[in-house]
Amino acid sequence: MEPLGSYKSIISARATDSRILKRSQDGGIVSAVFIYGLENNILDGVIVADKEENFKPVPKVVTTPEEVLEAAGTKYTVCPNLSVLKSAIREYGCERIGVVGTPCQIISLRKVLKYPVGFRHLVNKVALLLGIFCMENFPYMGMKTIVEELCGVKLEDVVKMDIGKGKFWVYTRWGDAKSIKLKKTHPYEQISCHVCTDYTAELADISTGSVGSPDGWSTVLIRSEKGEEIINKMIEEGYLETKPVDEGKFGLGILKKLALTKKEKNMKEIEHRKELGLPVPPKVC
Amino acid sequence: MEDKRITVAHVQLSSCCGCLISLTDTYEKLLDVLNSVDLVYCQTLMDVREIPKADIILVEGAVCLDDHHAMEIAKEVREKGKIVVALGACAAVGGITRFSKGGQMSKPVQSSFSSLTEVVKCDLAIPGCPPSPELIVNVITAVIEGNTEYLKPFVRYGERKYEACGCDLIINAINKSLCMGCGVCAASCPTRAIEMVEGRPLVSSQLCIKCGVCSFQCPRIEV
Ligand SMILES: Cc1cc2nc3c(=O)[nH]c(=O)nc-3n(C[C@H](O)[C@H](O)[C@H](O)COP(=O)(O)OP(=O)(O)OC[C@H]3O[C@@H](n4cnc5c(N)ncnc54)[C@H](O)[C@@H]3O)c2cc1C
Ligand code: SF4
Ligand code: SF4
Ligand code: SF4
Repeated sequence: MEPLGSYKSIISARATDSRILKRSQDGGIVSAVFIYGLENNILDGVIVADKEENFKPVPKVVTTPEEVLEAAGTKYTVCPNLSVLKSAIREYGCERIGVVGTPCQIISLRKVLKYPVGFRHLVNKVALLLGIFCMENFPYMGMKTIVEELCGVKLEDVVKMDIGKGKFWVYTRWGDAKSIKLKKTHPYEQISCHVCTDYTAELADISTGSVGSPDGWSTVLIRSEKGEEIINKMIEEGYLETKPVDEGKFGLGILKKLALTKKEKNMKEIEHRKELGLPVPPKVC
Repeated sequence: MEDKRITVAHVQLSSCCGCLISLTDTYEKLLDVLNSVDLVYCQTLMDVREIPKADIILVEGAVCLDDHHAMEIAKEVREKGKIVVALGACAAVGGITRFSKGGQMSKPVQSSFSSLTEVVKCDLAIPGCPPSPELIVNVITAVIEGNTEYLKPFVRYGERKYEACGCDLIINAINKSLCMGCGVCAASCPTRAIEMVEGRPLVSSQLCIKCGVCSFQCPRIEV
């Protein structure tokens, strides 16, 4: 089993623009690619997960670098990004859309592109699929419980959340950091994540996440020609700083291990559901 | 060469013509890309009275069971079409015609409408109100090329003899703990009957026209 899906190359990278790094979750790859795309006519609109007060996630179509920056950073809760897919072409009139999504959202979008039953004149307007790594997600109330009850911080005071070093971290607007063991968050996971076997968004043009690279850097899997073209241009023009991915235990090693763990654990859950005669996610693409 | 072209007929039963508009939105492209399709019957677009034999008969609309003529046509397309395709929600799953209950002029006595799939055997059925032009091209191309993998879901929809509804999402995705909140169902709905609330679809029964698109598009439901 290839734990990371098929890809052309894998690198560690980060944005060179400090405005991006100040707001981004990791190396700012997603925001940097979108901003580069918008500024160079490769994209004319992108779908992102913005947030309102109390970390309420809001899917949005945005068309300017400022708005992309505004939406940077991970929301550890379900944000139905694809719900604004049609509005991107109808209301915003976009013709070259970029979409960021969790692996499940990327799978869902690939299905749309294969079977666009309810999407008139959309297919050739979807220009770039950016996938973010994902082990699991939390329903909004699950995230709220983790932050407010387990970490003891009010959601309204949170500026960033992160998962790393076996812990769930919450950063407040006063500069404090609170953390709890990741294990304690497991009871609040979205259960439908337990039948998901894709860790690295295997169907995206470019996939990125923090695992496998040093703090502040991102691991980037370049999967398609489209993805390769834009990343290469960005490197050439100085938008991205790169280094070879660490092939050892703390680089590619841990990434593959986590990807495989997700596959094996959730395949077991799928088998278990089959034994009970319950439906399981179909093979989509 | 001429006689090798795939013949396509479009037959309309009880419907609004939206599927045909979607079909014609593709027709030039079909000719361009494939150069192998010949439209042999289409009442709205051409003057041919008799439904001829055809390789593919696309049927749009539900069958009015109170209208003998409609029943005859349903039978006729089955006899004359090598491949009968229930095109669009009304023919495939009933769609908005599920709300019909008679009393309307000029035929107040016509009150019973069923999807074509309930009346005759359909080889393929495509939900959607209307299905997108791109999807119709994909299906016709797949038929021509014999791409059975692509056609699988449509074969299954041809076999199902019951209605579709926004609640299919609730029953088949949410109730089965499969919904992960991607939101694609909400975007696909032609009437915006679906709102995403805390990462889950909330379907308005007032707005749902039973077109079957949302549950077809859901990546967590086997279609
Ligand atoms: C639920 C979840 C779980 C994750 N788990 C892992 C993991 O196990 N390992 C790992 O290495 N990385 C994981 N990530 C990815 C990681 O947290 C970063 O999002 C990723 O590295 C991109 O960072 P960046 O600095 O390149 O992007 P940024 O420039 O910060 O941009 C991030 C982009 O992601 C979008 N986004 C944020 N939250 C969501 C969401 N909930 N749904 C859809 N889009 C969203 C934002 O709109 C933004 O455009 C996870 C992300 C999410 C949302
Ligand atoms: S674990 Fe899978 S299903 Fe859950 S949010 Fe991540 S990609 Fe989606
Ligand atoms: S909710 Fe919308 S997409 Fe789903 S069946 Fe009803 S009208 Fe169609
Ligand atoms: S399409 Fe996505 S959001 Fe809608 S029911 Fe299916 S999994 Fe849930």
